[in-house]
Amino acid sequence: MFFQTIASAARDAEPAAGSAQSTQGSIPLRIEGVSKIYSGRAGEVEALRPIDIDVAPGEFVCLLGPSGCGKSTLLSIIAGLEPATTGTVWANEQKVRGPGTDRVLLFQEAALFPWLDVQRNVEFGLRQIGTPRKERAALARYFLELVHLQGFERSYVHQLSGGMRQRVAIARGLALNPAVLLMDEPFGALDALTRDKLHAELELIWAATRKTVLFVTHNVREAVALGDRVLVFAPRPGRIVREFRIDLPRPRALEDHALVDQAKEVLAALQGVMEPETQEAVYGERH
Amino acid sequence: MANVTEPAAPATETSAASTKVARPALRRLLPALGPWVRRLIFYLALLALWQLIANSAIWPDYLLPTPGEVFSDLVTGFGSGGQYLQASLVSLQRLAIGYAISLVLGVVLGLLMARVRLFNETVGSLVLGLQALPSVCWLPLAVLWLGLSEQAIIFVVVMGALFSITLGVDAGVKNTPPIYLKAARNLGARGLALSLQVVMPAALPAILVGLKQGWSFAWRSLMAGELLFFTLSLGNLLETGRDLNDAAQVVSVMFVIIAIGVVINSLIFAPIERRVRERWGLQPT
Repeated sequence: MFFQTIASAARDAEPAAGSAQSTQGSIPLRIEGVSKIYSGRAGEVEALRPIDIDVAPGEFVCLLGPSGCGKSTLLSIIAGLEPATTGTVWANEQKVRGPGTDRVLLFQEAALFPWLDVQRNVEFGLRQIGTPRKERAALARYFLELVHLQGFERSYVHQLSGGMRQRVAIARGLALNPAVLLMDEPFGALDALTRDKLHAELELIWAATRKTVLFVTHNVREAVALGDRVLVFAPRPGRIVREFRIDLPRPRALEDHALVDQAKEVLAALQGVMEPETQEAVYGERH
Repeated sequence: MANVTEPAAPATETSAASTKVARPALRRLLPALGPWVRRLIFYLALLALWQLIANSAIWPDYLLPTPGEVFSDLVTGFGSGGQYLQASLVSLQRLAIGYAISLVLGVVLGLLMARVRLFNETVGSLVLGLQALPSVCWLPLAVLWLGLSEQAIIFVVVMGALFSITLGVDAGVKNTPPIYLKAARNLGARGLALSLQVVMPAALPAILVGLKQGWSFAWRSLMAGELLFFTLSLGNLLETGRDLNDAAQVVSVMFVIIAIGVVINSLIFAPIERRVRERWGLQPT
């Protein structure tokens, strides 16, 4: 019931959110042979071996892997915040050349601006694209309500808990009505209880707004609970070693048997890539 | 001394007992009074000490005035016939003009230093060097170039404040957490909007430190410069006090200079600082 309220509320707001990108039909995100090599003092480091991913409209894709596997680098490249060494990112059939408000990146630290109150933080992106003041305020209010933060418009960042900060960051990203949400371990710094609660909220928001989501995590349970698809990354050099389709019904319950079994399977694959000798084996299998 | 005689022992015991009673009483009383009362007591004690020394006539009264003489000098100085108000206004105007110029130049220079590498490597090193030079050292040159004029003294004030402000802006911008820039660019902020809406506010705490240091340097340079000038000003009143062997005037003008400093600090800088600290969550609200 609760889910339906949010869903219908989001549909009502869709015209207000301006040009609602109809992502249906076109591919919101295509990653073609994207690699990254950092050249530093210690020589060249291959952070990402060429990667190909096609993401369907409205799909929730989790990138799962241990730290240092290049999944955050990939997200940063998709966001246009750093260039790829080779390859191309296509967002809505357009070549990505820099940051764009069609792809909004959310960080592990909420990265809210401490000099602005919650309302103005959510309005920040809208202000950049020139949304008129009144519309800005209305959109900010709507999205703050969506993340259950009505009443906190005038609060400053330090007055909010970690979970509330992430919800403000989500509202700030959604307010721009991006086609793609890029989430870089957004709940990684939160306690388990808050994380579970935000998983459920994110699932509802995603169902209501039909955004395409790329979600980076090192938490297997999180990946299986949220993703339509889980891509398992191996480190040094970063590459995709396994792909899982998670066809479990939604909303998903963490204690569901099917989900637990699926998580076990994914965990086994992940543990495989984290041991050096099996890493070679998995690597050999794929190529 | 080592051989304490029997009758002496009870005497020391009683004196020890009396201090034992007195100390806890003082210790209980002082914290209960609150900081303002404690401060008031301190200054009253200082005044009393001053009065005592002045009364002892170790020094003649034209060298060490009594608090009363200084007070009556202040009253006549600020009275209808006095010059203190006008002198203060002259000094404050110079300060305002000089500080405003340094503020504009300092923000521009600081931003350039932080954002343009070549500028940082060249002008940046020069700024660091000049920061080490007390700004009064510019006065002889300023007088040679501009004469004993208003421009010369404002030039010295600018030199006093400029580099502190520049370095404050530079440090603030350089230490902006990269995550803010990433988030802002990701949300569509570009160019001037990025500088004004993200870089500057993010750097504000460090910029404030520079602004505050710049203001105190400007005030000091101005006073030092005015000592050498003949037109009416606070620094000049100090100098005429010396010429007239009028220590009361010298001390009362010193009080005026301190008072202006305290007022500017508590009316302008302290509230801004408090607000920034509250917003950043650096201080419990």
